[in-house]
Amino acid sequence: MAVNRRQFLQRMAATGVAATLPFSLVEISWGMGKKPTTEHESFTFAYISDSHLTHIKGNQFTRNFDQGLRKAIMEVNLMSPRPDFVIYGGDLAQLGKREELDHGLELMSALRPPVHWVTGEHDFYLDMGKFWEEKISPLYYSFDHKGVHFVVLNSILTYEDWIKRWSTPMERMLNMARLDNPQGSPFMVGESQLQWLKEDLAKYDVGTPVVVLSHSPLYKIFKPWNFWTDDAEKVQKLLQRFQRVTVLHGHVHQVLYNQIGNITFYAMMATAWPWPYPVSYVQKPNQVPKLTVFMNRADPFHERDGTGWDILDMDSGAITNHYQLWMNENRTVAFDFKLEHPVDLKYQAPDKRIPPQFHY
Amino acid sequence: MKYLARVASALVLGVSAVNAGEVSLPQKETLLGLPPVPVPKDNPLTLEKAKLGKQLFEDKRFSADGAISCAHCHKPELAFSDGLPVSEGIGGQKGTRNAPTVINAAYYKTQFWDGRRPSLEAQSKDPFINPIEHGLKSHDPIVQIVRTDPDYRKQFRQAFGLEPDRITMDHVAQAIASFERTLVAGNSPFDRYQYGGDKTALSASAIRGLAVFRDKGRCVSCHVIEGSTALFTDNQFHNLGVGFDKIESRLPEIIAAYRQAKQAGKEIDETVLTQGEMSELGRFIVTGDTQDIGRFKTSTLRNIALTAPYMHDGSLKTLEEVVDFYDKGGRDNPMLDGGIRPLNLTAQEKSDLVAFMKSLTSNRFANLQSNKR
Repeated sequence: MAVNRRQFLQRMAATGVAATLPFSLVEISWGMGKKPTTEHESFTFAYISDSHLTHIKGNQFTRNFDQGLRKAIMEVNLMSPRPDFVIYGGDLAQLGKREELDHGLELMSALRPPVHWVTGEHDFYLDMGKFWEEKISPLYYSFDHKGVHFVVLNSILTYEDWIKRWSTPMERMLNMARLDNPQGSPFMVGESQLQWLKEDLAKYDVGTPVVVLSHSPLYKIFKPWNFWTDDAEKVQKLLQRFQRVTVLHGHVHQVLYNQIGNITFYAMMATAWPWPYPVSYVQKPNQVPKLTVFMNRADPFHERDGTGWDILDMDSGAITNHYQLWMNENRTVAFDFKLEHPVDLKYQAPDKRIPPQFHY
Repeated sequence: MKYLARVASALVLGVSAVNAGEVSLPQKETLLGLPPVPVPKDNPLTLEKAKLGKQLFEDKRFSADGAISCAHCHKPELAFSDGLPVSEGIGGQKGTRNAPTVINAAYYKTQFWDGRRPSLEAQSKDPFINPIEHGLKSHDPIVQIVRTDPDYRKQFRQAFGLEPDRITMDHVAQAIASFERTLVAGNSPFDRYQYGGDKTALSASAIRGLAVFRDKGRCVSCHVIEGSTALFTDNQFHNLGVGFDKIESRLPEIIAAYRQAKQAGKEIDETVLTQGEMSELGRFIVTGDTQDIGRFKTSTLRNIALTAPYMHDGSLKTLEEVVDFYDKGGRDNPMLDGGIRPLNLTAQEKSDLVAFMKSLTSNRFANLQSNKR
């Protein structure tokens, strides 16, 4: 009977609502199963993507999209341990306007860690990446961090004749921004960038962990929405000789992951809005990865549902991806060294799939 | 004679004559506009238990200085709140949060402003051993009293069929929770208008206010009204920016201090009521999820005219101030809920909204409203 205050509260916490440990208080669990021989210093980085900041007029911007980015930035700044850097995954702007990119830079300046930038088609097709290159970042480049080789690709290029087809830059931008556009054109990396990639990778031995950062997925899911990179196989071929390769991409605004040969793919969350899965929305053929456990269909009446950002742990050449899902339970997808593909730590087995959400 | 007159006038008005000071099980009439009271399977609601619960609720011996009962901050004559911005416990110590009314608390899915307890039973135990509320070191003195006090011995036997030496703190909590489940009240002018078929129950201004509440004001998104009942809460947690200015500039440092405190084994209940800055972290303190920073539970609006001041820190004095606060879109911050945005309400719309909220006072407690206003 003699239960003191401390014991009482601890018992309550063990059985009650306070049982969940925040990410930041637990020792990071690196990967799963047997680790390969590659050794490098483990580290954490964050990934924010697809904010689609939309200019209205003057200094007015769509409030909802601003708020998504502001929230992600504040949450990244509160991470413990502090991430080594942040990747911005593209589509900072909605229509590539200078006002939008400037506004995005201003909001992003609140981030404490340094940022590596990936361009998206919404940033690019108004001025073909001119402002981005001048004020923000090169369109493709590489860097090394604690033994890992990072490559940033501009994967949202397309065919020259399509680019020249439009009478104004804004007409071009609007046509690239549209889903299910019969006048659309598929993304690609292009020959000159492939040549650069080949030369860039040549300097590294096969044991070096490689992380490729692109806006569009470097594989083919659904062409009418440009969940697609036309020359993806050529990129994959250049990456084939490495033991451990991960591709991180934005663009699809949903939880999505895949394994093709030696390459692990993760889609990152958007801060702006969620897209549905093509397979659940259209009846046309599409190749949504079989490995993926779908996220809950977002509640259209809640402006933050189905959006978020990602925390990534890098260890033994593989990534553990913590999806930070606003208004939904966070999820962690980790590379399983026994199965050689990513696994949702909680929901992989069919009988453990996510129950439908109940708010509203 | 006075009593008879009151009964007579109640009968004339066609309203229930329940006296707020008496314990009675929830009646159909009292619940107009409310769903049945949720009662846990392991704590069936009986009149004996509720009456016992009332006595426990009012017992000042369950405190370090013999001066504090539950009713100290949940005063029946102040609609089971205390009228203060933040509550005062033993030795006049101030907490960090506004005392929520017990009326209709039975319908919340979680208790406290940050939802840190899942039930009335669990909630009722915490204040006794919080150093700035009842200030006890453990629940033992309470159990001692109920096991030895002849009146309590008798009542526990009646309510639970228990021999005195078998009484535990869980039984005390069950009795208090049972009493709280009798403090439910619908049947407001709004309920009679909306669910009772009495189209004369609301003033023209309140009817206009209801329209603003549903449409332009967007209040109903969180303060939910449904087809046959209205709880006026979504049981969720939202960031409106209330109190956020106190922590925003130093947020990383405050979060770091919180994480240290948590790792050192400090308890939530004590932390939030003694550390002003950490208290403003709201729901985050419970989940550890950064998206919950500055989020607090949506309060019901039932009997809201009786429970000023408002918000989790009691920072808004009147319903007019509350409406102004929402009209401005809360207080801007990076964690602000997206649904909170400037409303551009007219003066008329604002006063209509206030009239509507004043129509949410249950007939059971209507005497408190007329006394005050």
